[in-house]
Amino acid sequence: MAGTIKPRDARELRQAVEWALNEGVTLDVRGSGSKLDIGKPMRCDQVLDLSGVSGIVDYAPEELVVTLRAGTPLREVEALLAQRKQMLAFEPPDLGPLLGRAPGEGTLVGTIMGNFAGPRRLSAGAARDHLLGFSGVNGRGEAFKSGGRVMKNVTGYDLSKLLAGSWGTLAVLDEVSVKVLPAPDQTRTLLLLGVDDAVAVKAMCAAMGSPYEVSGAAHVGDRTALRVEGFAPSVEARVKGLRDLFPDAKMEELGTLESRAFWREVRDAVPLGADADDAVWRISSAPSDGAAVVARIKAAQPFAKAFYDWSGGLIWLALPARDDADHQVVRAGLLGHATLIRAPEKVRAAVPVFQPLPPALAALSARVKDSFDPKGLFNPGRMAGV
Amino acid sequence: MQMPPLDPDILARRGEIVAALKAIVPGEGVIDDIDSMRPFECDALSAYRQLPLVVVLPETVDQVSAILRYCQDHKVKVVPRGAGTSLSGGSMPVGDAILLGMAKFNRILEVDYANRCARVQPGVTNLGVTNAVESEGFYYAPDPSSQIACSIGGNVAENSGGVHCLKYGLTTNNLLGLELVLMNGEVVRLGGRHLDSGGYDLLGLMTGSEGLLGVVTEVTVRLLRKPSTARAVLLGFPTEAGAADCVAAVIASGIIPGGMEMMDKDAIQCAENFVGAGYPLDAEGLLIVELDGPAVEVDYLVARVEEIAKGRGATTCRVSRDEQERVLFWAGRKAAFPAVGQITPDYMCLDGSVPRGRLVEVLGEIRRMSRKHGLRVVNVFHAGDGNLHPLILFDANDPDELHRAEQFGADILRLCVRVGGVLTGEHGVGIEKRDLMNVQFTDTDLDQQMRVKCAFDPDHLLNPGKVFPQLRRCAELGRVVVHHNKIPFPDIPRF
Ligand SMILES: Cc1cc2nc3c(=O)[nH]c(=O)nc-3n(C[C@H](O)[C@H](O)[C@H](O)COP(=O)(O)OP(=O)(O)OC[C@H]3O[C@@H](n4cnc5c(N)ncnc54)[C@H](O)[C@@H]3O)c2cc1C
Repeated sequence: MAGTIKPRDARELRQAVEWALNEGVTLDVRGSGSKLDIGKPMRCDQVLDLSGVSGIVDYAPEELVVTLRAGTPLREVEALLAQRKQMLAFEPPDLGPLLGRAPGEGTLVGTIMGNFAGPRRLSAGAARDHLLGFSGVNGRGEAFKSGGRVMKNVTGYDLSKLLAGSWGTLAVLDEVSVKVLPAPDQTRTLLLLGVDDAVAVKAMCAAMGSPYEVSGAAHVGDRTALRVEGFAPSVEARVKGLRDLFPDAKMEELGTLESRAFWREVRDAVPLGADADDAVWRISSAPSDGAAVVARIKAAQPFAKAFYDWSGGLIWLALPARDDADHQVVRAGLLGHATLIRAPEKVRAAVPVFQPLPPALAALSARVKDSFDPKGLFNPGRMAGV
Repeated sequence: MQMPPLDPDILARRGEIVAALKAIVPGEGVIDDIDSMRPFECDALSAYRQLPLVVVLPETVDQVSAILRYCQDHKVKVVPRGAGTSLSGGSMPVGDAILLGMAKFNRILEVDYANRCARVQPGVTNLGVTNAVESEGFYYAPDPSSQIACSIGGNVAENSGGVHCLKYGLTTNNLLGLELVLMNGEVVRLGGRHLDSGGYDLLGLMTGSEGLLGVVTEVTVRLLRKPSTARAVLLGFPTEAGAADCVAAVIASGIIPGGMEMMDKDAIQCAENFVGAGYPLDAEGLLIVELDGPAVEVDYLVARVEEIAKGRGATTCRVSRDEQERVLFWAGRKAAFPAVGQITPDYMCLDGSVPRGRLVEVLGEIRRMSRKHGLRVVNVFHAGDGNLHPLILFDANDPDELHRAEQFGADILRLCVRVGGVLTGEHGVGIEKRDLMNVQFTDTDLDQQMRVKCAFDPDHLLNPGKVFPQLRRCAELGRVVVHHNKIPFPDIPRF
């Protein structure tokens, strides 16, 4: 068992990294540890536990920005924003239960490190689009920052984009500033009933191309769900407009509370109904290809289960447990990327967890990693293969 | 403006370099006589001018790749250029560098309505994308005021914004994919039609990298459906503070308008004289608030905005009655820069961003500085996201005025950083703000950025002299200092 270092503030965090650099010690960098089991398995000398560097630093609702320390629980941030009727518009998922853990664990920075986003990815962007700036420590033990707290900022490279989705392999963050938005007054969901996958994808793409500002488009079983949010009169008008797009469809509507529950489940991949030992994949493709991607996989693996979010552009897929997680089947001919979100350690060690990159891009990515963490201190091998 | 010293060896080899380029790009694609190079000697920061070593206008990705590989092998510097509308000197030539113009990459390759995206070449103009998809009811959201002229490649390099980015985001939020050529000639594709590719987000990194990391040869942009209704509200206030308060109050009420712009008294006057948009000449501060969406939503929001504005003392409140009037309300704002150009030989357009809550204080401070430097200043800006555009009026033929304008500009940008803002919100650092980077960043911050640059361009050949106040060699930056066998941190909790 590796030991744990638990810094209490930015200064101690930097000292810890400096120490690791000097001693040649590799670090397993964690917030709450809720996403430990995503990525390639690692063998690290020490755990760097960030849960002690926690708390809200500043929240300015009228500036639409919140600044917080890296170990701050996501739930704490969301509760704070809710008091002012604001939200993290990218809908950070809670994948705890999917990963066999308790719900409600996880830090906001952990969500950012995986660049996760829920159904509103379509209209509001992912974590990457909301990280305004950060400060942290690179693999040389140097404290540095990038970005800021304002909405518009093109001063220097946008390293926030690079850090979002880096799975803690580039730098250890101690503080982030994140954009927030007003939470919608009302939410309504239009359900189209008895729709097959191919028709569903067409319907979702049509809805997304309509002027009705759909902020969620998912297909579960034979039901296609379209979400509309905003001020009451607007929601009313847009739902009506959407209904008129599908004159022949059988439809139902969910009100605000039911909608929230429904989309929370979509966000957290609950509708997948994955069995405890299924391998779970998250596949991103062009929305219009969604149904064909699933059909291709099902032809090879008839027991596959799937549902669609992001208008067909995000596929959650569960496959019966196998040593190779069917990675070749999943990725064959895929124009997009597939991430193995859940599989036993031994499987994740054997197959590429993240979509393998073409050689020139892989080499460039390796140089970028090197530019932050030349000695490979942080989460070594976690993103191996990319 | 100090640029890196010219490399005499490169200048001496000019003939050989021109010949090599002509072998790669046949016909008229290589421009090497002085007169024909003149139109390229500056970008829209026209106070600074410099002829390039030679201009090359490739037409294919293979040519771009061959040019860069040649330049890498022979250590020749390269300045990429789109339409040359940069306001920060981003595409200003460098005397010992090739100017690589992307104007011939001007085709829209594919429009995919089902997936709401378009694949375009980087030389296509920003407005060209919208024009191509408008008939189907779609548009490309980021809309810099220069949209008739500026190129998508330039937009990517600068992460450009426009009046609508308050609601719809900047360039970086509206891209799906890129193809780029690295300095070593390698062609790399990032993203595609899907969202959030695995691996490091190099697409996000490239956006706003000011032509220092690679040459963009193809862009996949997101398309949005045009809102069914848009109306603009003109709000005049007896004080600037009133207008600025109104901006904060609208946002705090949970409304994110399509656009929310502010003009001060001089700007109102100039714009009104120039286009006759019907602006209230008695107002000290004018807001143009655009609300878009379904008609009922727009009606509802217009009423709420009016109510908020009246509560903050608005003396004028006019809502556009039809599309023609909406366009007219905007015409004054969109022509504000040229309008100001009518009353001064030259102006310098600044671009700092500040927290909205500090707007009033910052505007007041800018007026005081204006008196101190003895130069007039006019403010037209993206109030909704706190992105200021103070225009400093001066005469470039008077060296003292140019000098004072530069000083004044630097003072404003320092002020922006001091109140928690940044040097540039959308125009980029280029050469203009290069030497102020230390105001916002420490040496360590900048070293980390330069190391990223080294991952793409180890010899600092791409767009040299831009963004970084001082270039450090990649070999030096790459060194890691390790102090072995020293554990000076025993007091951090361990388990
Ligand atoms: C009147 C006026 C109004 C403006 N209004 C706005 C505004 O509202 N919002 C805003 O954001 N900007 C505005 N700008 C600034 C400018 O138009 C933008 O920065 C624009 O994106 C520059 O595009 P360009 O094609 O002219 O690029 P250029 O000026 O040619 O180049 C800009 C930068 O991009 C790099 N570059 C260009 N093409 C490529 C490529 N293919 N690959 C790699 N690098 C490349 C260049 O090296 C340079 O660093 C305005 C400018 C003017 C003159």
